[in-house]
Amino acid sequence: MSQWNHNPVLKVEHLTMRFGGLTAVGDLSFNVGRGDITALIGPNGAGKTTVFNCITGFYRPTEGRLVMRGGDNEAHLLERLPDFMISGVAKVARTFQNIRLFGGMTLLENLMVAQHRPLMAASSWTVGGVLGLRGFRSAEKEAIERAKYWLERTKLIDRADAPAADLPYGDQRRLEIARAMCTGPELLCLDEPAAGLNPKESLELNELLSYIRKEHHTSILLIEHDMSVVMEISDHVVVLDYGVKISDGTPDFVKNDPHVIAAYLGVDDDEVDSVEQEVGL
Amino acid sequence: MEYFLQQLINGVTLGSIYGLIAIGYTMVYGIIGMINFAHGDIFMIGSFIALILVVALGITAATPVLMLVLALGLVLVLAMALTAVWGWSVERIAYRPLRGSFRLAPLITAIGASITLQNFVQLSQGARNKPLQPLISGDFQLTDGGADGSAFIVNLSYVQILIVLTTVTLMAGFTYLINKTSLGRSQRACEQDRKMAALLGVNVDRTISLTFVMGAMLAAVAGVMFLLYYGVIDFYIGFLAGVKAFTAAVLGGIGSLPGAMLGGLLIGLIETFWSGYFSVEYKDVAAFSILAIVLIFMPEGLLGKPEVEKV
Repeated sequence: MSQWNHNPVLKVEHLTMRFGGLTAVGDLSFNVGRGDITALIGPNGAGKTTVFNCITGFYRPTEGRLVMRGGDNEAHLLERLPDFMISGVAKVARTFQNIRLFGGMTLLENLMVAQHRPLMAASSWTVGGVLGLRGFRSAEKEAIERAKYWLERTKLIDRADAPAADLPYGDQRRLEIARAMCTGPELLCLDEPAAGLNPKESLELNELLSYIRKEHHTSILLIEHDMSVVMEISDHVVVLDYGVKISDGTPDFVKNDPHVIAAYLGVDDDEVDSVEQEVGL
Repeated sequence: MEYFLQQLINGVTLGSIYGLIAIGYTMVYGIIGMINFAHGDIFMIGSFIALILVVALGITAATPVLMLVLALGLVLVLAMALTAVWGWSVERIAYRPLRGSFRLAPLITAIGASITLQNFVQLSQGARNKPLQPLISGDFQLTDGGADGSAFIVNLSYVQILIVLTTVTLMAGFTYLINKTSLGRSQRACEQDRKMAALLGVNVDRTISLTFVMGAMLAAVAGVMFLLYYGVIDFYIGFLAGVKAFTAAVLGGIGSLPGAMLGGLLIGLIETFWSGYFSVEYKDVAAFSILAIVLIFMPEGLLGKPEVEKV
């Protein structure tokens, strides 16, 4: 038994997502261990982003359950929560493959939007905020402090008041992570965080993710194609192909799994039959 | 010169009223990309609520000044609150069920909502003009009549001062709300990417409702001002005022708040100057022609951002 089955923060149970006749994800079950970095990998079109979209409320799964158990040990069924409660109540945050920042707003404002819920509560639905109540002022100050903290961690503090759209690509990626962290998540879902980064930026990303896990005890689930990132930082790897899980284990285990090698590299013609039998096709 | 000054004063007053209504159009367009054609009628409802309150509270021009100020303040606040309920209901009933439907659907229900509101008021309040005795009279005479008393006298009435001051205060407060508060930030976030805002914990439906509520409140203020300024209202005033304010929003660049304020002011000035110097009958033609000309050369309006198609 592996550690992620003992104390999972997220349990994906029999997740199936169909679009008409196409089964994008079929009967997928896996666990995301608390405090782990879990990588979801697979060839193009394997259904990785679909899994993310189900977890973060973009899609309603056709079948299956997504059980999120945060630090307060309360279970939330993600597939039943309205979208705005997924970050607010279940404490799941995510970033996107194609970056979705609020381009017209400044970096600081982007991070402040992520703290909307506590701020709204503190300002008694803006009324208190407009009247300048002390509770709101201190909440606002705290929110700015937190935003600045994450801007410093992501080395973006110098540009705090610039519009987000003006940032270079690599910085935008880091800002998205900073914004997700500002919601105070227990599970951070990153969709290809290293895509388009140069080796140096990639290295910095690894450090940032390790830092987040170590200092904030946030569990991380990431989709990644860059194997150097996956193998170096993840504790647990789940491999998808055509929407089906083909391997699940430690990076070393997955690296040597014949199913994975077959899915990624293909096999010789004369081995096709035996491999197909083994995989169950 | 005196005549010009008088027209300027009148134009700024009228422009303030248009600007207040235009903000409602521009905000709703900004956040959900639809034109709320019922907004002009929300303004009309605000005006009627104010009239009913004035009558119910027994406010007349004979009321002592301090009482009058307090009572009118109360009327303003109550009219804003009640009109906000109307704005909220229209969104809840006519637009929210159609969110995610094709773009034209909410536009058509908007027209339906507009007709419904007009007819409701027509039936419940009667179709006749509703006059109100001027509550605030008196003015400053900025020029005298010259040596022989024949020159043009420029008047700045108390009502005009009240209208402009209220508008400036509200717009300042409103700009603060949008730029500095969490609610304003969430509205701007929803404008740019609703789904992403939801993922960050913003309740998008509620934010949209609040946008309608805020628009309705400003329209109610405009309604109260209109009532005090002109003293006559009927169930149909929302149509033309709505179209004018919508024109103002487009002229200033729809989706842009300062644009709506500027557009309102410009439309008010154009209309007044045209009536003052050329002909009253063609003042609407003048206002709409300017819109057409500006849109030919600046399709995004004066302060709007060019539309970039999302890929």
